[in-house]
This record gives sequence, C-alpha cells and structure tokens, in this order.
Amino acid sequence: MKTQRSLLRSILLGLAILLVLVVYAYGFQVTKVNFAETSSERRLTQLTRILRALAHPDIFEYEQEELVVEIPFYLPCPDTEIVIPEPDKSGPYLVTDVPCVSSKEFINIEGFNLPPDAKGPINFITASGAMLQLGNFEVDDNGSFQARIQIPTRQPVAEAQHIRATARVPIGAPKFTETAEVTWDKIVETVFLALLATTFGTLLAIPISFVAARNLMSDVKSSLSSIALMIIGWPLGIGLGMLANRLIGEVSSLFATIPGVYIGGVIIGPVAAYALVRWALPQTESEQPSRGMQITRIITLLAIVGLLILTFQILADLALIVGQSLVGPLGSLGFLGNFISQLGDVGHMIIPALVALGGGAVIGNTLSSLGQSISDRLSRSVVKTLNIILAAIAGATLFIILALIINWFYEINDPVKIYWWPGGVGAVLGLLLALRAAPKTALPIGTTIYFITRTILNATRSVESLVMVIVFAVWVGIGPFAGALALALHTVAALAKLYSEQVESILPGPLEAIQATGANRMQLIAFAVVPQIIPPYISFTMYRWDINVRMSTIIGFAGGGGIGFLLQQNINLLDYRAASAQMIAIAIVVATMDFVSSTLRERFV
Amino acid sequence: MLEVKNLTKIYDGGVRALDNVSFKVEQGEFLACIGLSGSGKSTLLRCINRLIDPTEGEIIWNDVDITKASQDEMRLIRRKIGMVFQHFNLVSRSKVIINVLAGRLGYVNPAMSVINRFPKSDVEMALKQLDRVSIADQAYKRADELSGGQQQRVGIARAMMQEPEMILGDEPVASLDPVLAHSIMQYLEQINKEDGVMVLCSLHFLDLVHRYADRAIALNEGKLMFDGTPEEIDDDKFKEIYGKEAERVG
Ligand SMILES: Nc1ncnc2c1ncn2[C@@H]1O[C@H](COP(=O)(O)OP(=O)(O)O)[C@@H](O)[C@H]1O
Ligand SMILES: [Mg+2]
Repeated sequence: MKTQRSLLRSILLGLAILLVLVVYAYGFQVTKVNFAETSSERRLTQLTRILRALAHPDIFEYEQEELVVEIPFYLPCPDTEIVIPEPDKSGPYLVTDVPCVSSKEFINIEGFNLPPDAKGPINFITASGAMLQLGNFEVDDNGSFQARIQIPTRQPVAEAQHIRATARVPIGAPKFTETAEVTWDKIVETVFLALLATTFGTLLAIPISFVAARNLMSDVKSSLSSIALMIIGWPLGIGLGMLANRLIGEVSSLFATIPGVYIGGVIIGPVAAYALVRWALPQTESEQPSRGMQITRIITLLAIVGLLILTFQILADLALIVGQSLVGPLGSLGFLGNFISQLGDVGHMIIPALVALGGGAVIGNTLSSLGQSISDRLSRSVVKTLNIILAAIAGATLFIILALIINWFYEINDPVKIYWWPGGVGAVLGLLLALRAAPKTALPIGTTIYFITRTILNATRSVESLVMVIVFAVWVGIGPFAGALALALHTVAALAKLYSEQVESILPGPLEAIQATGANRMQLIAFAVVPQIIPPYISFTMYRWDINVRMSTIIGFAGGGGIGFLLQQNINLLDYRAASAQMIAIAIVVATMDFVSSTLRERFV
Repeated sequence: MLEVKNLTKIYDGGVRALDNVSFKVEQGEFLACIGLSGSGKSTLLRCINRLIDPTEGEIIWNDVDITKASQDEMRLIRRKIGMVFQHFNLVSRSKVIINVLAGRLGYVNPAMSVINRFPKSDVEMALKQLDRVSIADQAYKRADELSGGQQQRVGIARAMMQEPEMILGDEPVASLDPVLAHSIMQYLEQINKEDGVMVLCSLHFLDLVHRYADRAIALNEGKLMFDGTPEEIDDDKFKEIYGKEAERVG
C-alpha cells in the first residue's frame, strides 16, 4: 500500500519535472534563445564597439590645438632609389624605419619634438588626397612616440604619398558638449513631466478612491424612484449646465467690451458670493428651516453659483490676456506669463465641463432626493405606479446614452438603431425591474457604483501608460504634454485603487461614531475617513512619484517627450556616445529621486 | 419617552439578533441592558439611532417613529442622540478638541465644518465639556496620546456636544479597569441626574447595574428575558438571563 503510493508519487514527480522541462524548452524556442550568436565574432566586435562608446559618454569636451606632421612614403617601393629629405629636427618630425613597403606590411614609425601628452590619429594620405586611418598615438613626457602600423592596400602609385600624424592637445577647462546641454534640458522636462502627472493624477484619484471603497459605498442605498430620477436628472442637468454656461458666457462677453470690468468682476464676484454663502448657509442651525426659507436659500445658492461661474469666466479671460502680455516684458521669466495664459486656457476648457457636471450633480441629486421623499411618503401602490413610469424612462435614457456613445465610435447613424431600439429595450428592462422590486425597498446603488468604478479603474490600469501615450500623442501632438496626460491617467487609475484599498481598511469604529452624531456624508469623510488615510495616502503618492519618474524617462520612446525621446533618436542614429550621456542622466535622476523620496518617507511617514 | 415595539433584526447571514423585543423608557430614566456576549445588546442600541436598520418593529421617540424616518430626518434625530462606545471610537490621529467638536457636525454649516471651521461658541462649548470631564488640559493633544479612561471621557464630551436628549452607551466601561469604570459611570450618572438626559447603557457587571441603573432589561439570544428594577434580578432570574451554569460574582 505504502510502496504503491510512493511509486505513484515518484511517477507524478517525474511527470511534473518533464512538464517543466517542456515548458522551458518551448520558452527557449519562442524567445529565440541563441547562445551561439552571443559569442559570434561579428556580434562581439559590435558589442565591444557599443560598450566602448557607452563608456565614453558625450558629456565633456576640450578645445583642442592641432599640430600636423607628415613624412613622404612610397607604396609600393619604386625601382629607383628613394630620397627622403632630412627632416628639420628643430621642430616636430616623423621617422619611419623604412621609406617604402608593399601593401599590408607593417612598419615602425616614431615622432619627435611633439607636445607632451598630445594624442591623435596616424593617417595615410593618398596621392589623390584621401585620408585613411592607420592607428592612434600618444606622446610621452619627452615629446616622442613610437607606433607600429599596417600600410593599407592601395593601387600602385609612382610618386610619394604621405603618412601624417595629427597631435591634439586639449587647452583650457573642459566644457559641456552640446549633447550634454540638450540632455539637461530634456532631464528638466522629464522631471516636470513626472511632477505634473503625479500631481494631477493624485488630485483626481483622491475623490475617485472614496467612490471605489466598498465600506463607504455599501450603505448607500436608494429607492427605485430615487435612482430612476437620478438617472433622468443627470443628463438633464448636464444639458441645463451647458445652457447656463453659454448664457453666462454671453453676459461675460458683453462685459468684456467695457475696460475695467474685469478687475471689478474679479473682486466683486467672490466677495458677493462669500456674503451670500454666509447668509444662505448659517453657521449653526438648531431647527429645520421653513419651506419658504429653504426655497429662498436654493435660489440664492443658484445666484451664487451663477456669479461664481461668471467670475471664473472673467478670470480665465483675464489670465489669458495678462499672461500673453507678460511674456515679452518678463524676458527670461516669460514662462511665468505663459503659465498664466495657459491657466486661462485650462479655465476655458474646464469651466464648461465643470458647470455641466455640476448641473448634472445638482439636478440629479435634487430629483433623487425628491424621488426618495416621494417613496418615503406616498402609499405603496402609488409608489409602484410611479416606479414603473420612472424606471421605464430612466432605462430608456440610460440605454440611449450608451447607444450614443457606441454610435460615436462606430458611426451607425441610424435613428432606429440608436434611439428606438435601445430606448425600447431600456424601457422594458426598467419596467421589469420596477415590477419585480418591492416598491419601497432600498436598492444597493452604492455597491453598483462601486463595482462600475472598480471595473473602469481595473481596465484603465491594465493599459500601460507607454501604450496610452500613443493615443495622446495623436491627440495633442508628440511631446511632453502627451506623456504627462498618459502618465496622469495611469496614475489616476493605479492610485485610486491603492487609495481605495486603504479606505477599505480603516477602522469602522470612528466611522460609526461620527455617523451617530448626525453628520452627513461629506462630514463623515472629512472627519472619520480622511484623518485615518493621510499617512498611507502620502506614502502611496511618493511610491507613485518614483514610478512616474522612471516612466517619464522612457515614455518618450512612444512619443511622450522627455529624455526618452532624445535617447531613442540617438540610438536610431547609432550615436552611442550621446545615448550613453542620456542613460547616465536617467540613472542619476532616478537614483536622486529615489533617495529624496525615501528620505522624505522616513521623515514624514 | 422611548417606546420600542416588537423590534426584530435579522442580519444578512440569517442571524436573528433581536427577536420581537418590546419595552419602554421613561423621560430621564437610566436604563441598563444586560446579557451575554452575542445576546443582541449592541444591535439593540444601534437600531435606536439607526446605525443598523431594523428588520421589523417600531421605535417611537417623542411621537416620531425612528424606523420610518428618511435619511435627512434621521440626521436630525441622530444629533439629539449621543453615543458612547466600548472602544471609545475616537479618530485617533485627530486632536482631542476636533474629536469633541465632531459632536456638533449635525448642527453646523457642513461646508465650513469640512475645512475644520467651527463657530467660536462651539469651540468654547467643547472646552467647557472637556472641563466638565476634567481633561480640559488635554484639548490640543492627539487623541491616541490619551489613556483609555481619558479617551472615554473625550467620548462623553463628544456625545454631550450634541446637546442630547438621549445617550446610548454600548458597554462604555467594558475595556476599563474597575476604578476608571466607576468614574466614567459617575459622569453618565451626573448627565442623567443633572441634565435629565435619558441613558440607555449596556453593562457587563451586575454591581454597576445595581449602583447606577434605575431599571434594567435583559436579552438572551435576542429575546427580552427581563424588564424591571435591578433589585428584582434574583438568582432564578439570573440563571434565566445568563444560563444554568452561570455563577454570580460580585
Ligand atoms: N454585522 C453583523 N452581521 C451578522 N451578524 C451579526 C452582525 N453583528 C452582530 N451579529 C450577530 O448578532 C448577534 C448579536 O450581536 P451583538 O448585537 O453584537 O451582541 P452583543 O452586543 O450583546 O454582544 C450575534 O450572534 C452576532 O454574531
Ligand atoms: Mg456588543
């Protein structure tokens, strides 16, 4: 019994080893492992050449003084007697052991009275003036050198040709080569690329991480009518937001013709908004305010929002103008002006999006709480009927939006396929859900949002930024901006996941204690969640910063700017000395940043 | 007055943590809740401020059914119910004063509070509450620098910031030594007697029940086994509540 078992085990073990062998054999096959190639002579000389070039990074250079000395030489030996004129021994001169040889033979050559420590090539100058390199020499302390060189294969020529030694002496201090300067510029670009990507990635990842945390989302539950109204409210609100933005934009362009309004608008807007906020949101409130009061407040808040949008639009205009006009006068600090005007551009880009999203959020949430209170107050049968209607509309809305997105990619452009079919299917699904679900039960909308967010994050994270940058390079052009966008997007996805796992591991005790005080969701996050996650968030951000520095050095390979772009160019041009300089720069930057961040980590975490 | 009617809680896994529990608490009463671990005491207390949603039953407080309140209404109700926990549940990395001010979150302007801006009157009130539990000098320390007894006093101060009409205590002294336990219980007693705040408190030790509670209820596997004055818990009742093998200590 026992021997049988052990026999079986041995066989299984043997099979397992065999299987492993097969796996690796196949691995060798598909990765084209070829050790013969590694030691072939041709490959080895190439490798030597490249490694030597890499060992001589193109960083420093000297200004050099050149001294050229020549001696006549015959190839092949002529029939007549050769007379090599006696050199002038007061200056530098060359001597060969023989005045002539035939092709491929070796000769000894000596030089005298040369500048000590000079270096340079020995060349053969043909009758037609072509120059062939024969070797190199180094002058010793006495100003002389000796070298053995091989005479090249040439067509026979009767008259004298020449052997030339070019002695080069560095003068003055070493200076950076042009490669070194370009490399420095690109290194700066690289570090800032990583900085921007990390900063913006982190800022976006923080709010997303709360939505992607199961413990925060699992108790977000709403009734069907509330969810349906939210789904209807968001697109409605986004539409209204865009409309509002356009109207306010027209108002602000009216102002734009009057000089001085800019400054006034920028100052008065925020002040008025602050005063209104203080009035509309009193510091402490012991009693539930009356309906009338609530409505007045909502109107006031809307006015404030309008005022703020107007202010921001004016601010963006102003930044654009001021920034551009500053570029000239600021001289070498012109980048500050450029920064300001870029901020203006960012404002022009972001404000409409923010207003649209804000509109969506406001209308969506208002309708959703309306739905909740309907479902809380009305009778079951009324709620059921309402649910059926609302869920059908919401289902249709959702599916039509999805269809419109798909249509954008595939350009189906058939109204039956993008409106009627999806709308119908969505409505039926909504209807079925409303019929099946008990009218007042709270559905786990939070968990659903959690899963959707996680799925999107996982999908985004699985695309390397090196691949993402290809799309961005097409969009905004090859360069560091494309790289920064790609890295930022990947940072958002990666950090949001890491962050949300930290949120999921916080202590539940403080959470329930803060909840028990009557705090709302925002306060719950600010008071119970944020203090618990600050240390891990800092350390994950630094970890990501390290990754982004590394990535930003190579993202240029795919069109993302930074030093990688330069490195790739030089590799393609076979300029390995320049490539070497860039590799060293990368190594230094990565090592420095590693050191800095590990020091910071020790200090703060 | 608080009236719990036929309260039942069945957790997702199918555990019947509360089984048809009904009882009343008068205004200004100090009610102790006893029972073995797992008998449903925490569940009961958390149903009252809806940290847990009950499966069935009603909880009527000041003529309002808490189980039917919407989320917004619930926040307004919660701010009148302070809660004190066995493990204090302070935000350990925040300052003591911030932990105490958190008790005002239901009252203050949400937008200002999330950037840690509280009205001056609230900050003064927080210092006064800390003074009342004799740890005003610890106000600007981090909460986790305090000892257990001090942390629970912060917990009480936080609950008092809510200007509560009811305090729920979930074994508030179970992780403290007996001397500290008495000092914490005395603060709760003071709040109950001087401020007239109703206190519902689960307790482990019967001597604490005798010493502080006006009335006691007992749970066993989610069922209400006893409702009466502490003196009425005789040996038979005790065995009913804690099981046949239980020995009376203290
Ligand atoms: N979140 C939960 N999910 C499932 N079961 C739970 C949960 N919380 C408590 N329980 C169960 O409910 C019962 C009562 O628990 P609890 O109210 O904590 O009792 P006590 O506070 O008296 O120790 C126990 O059997 C416990 O295992
Ligand atoms: Mg408990």
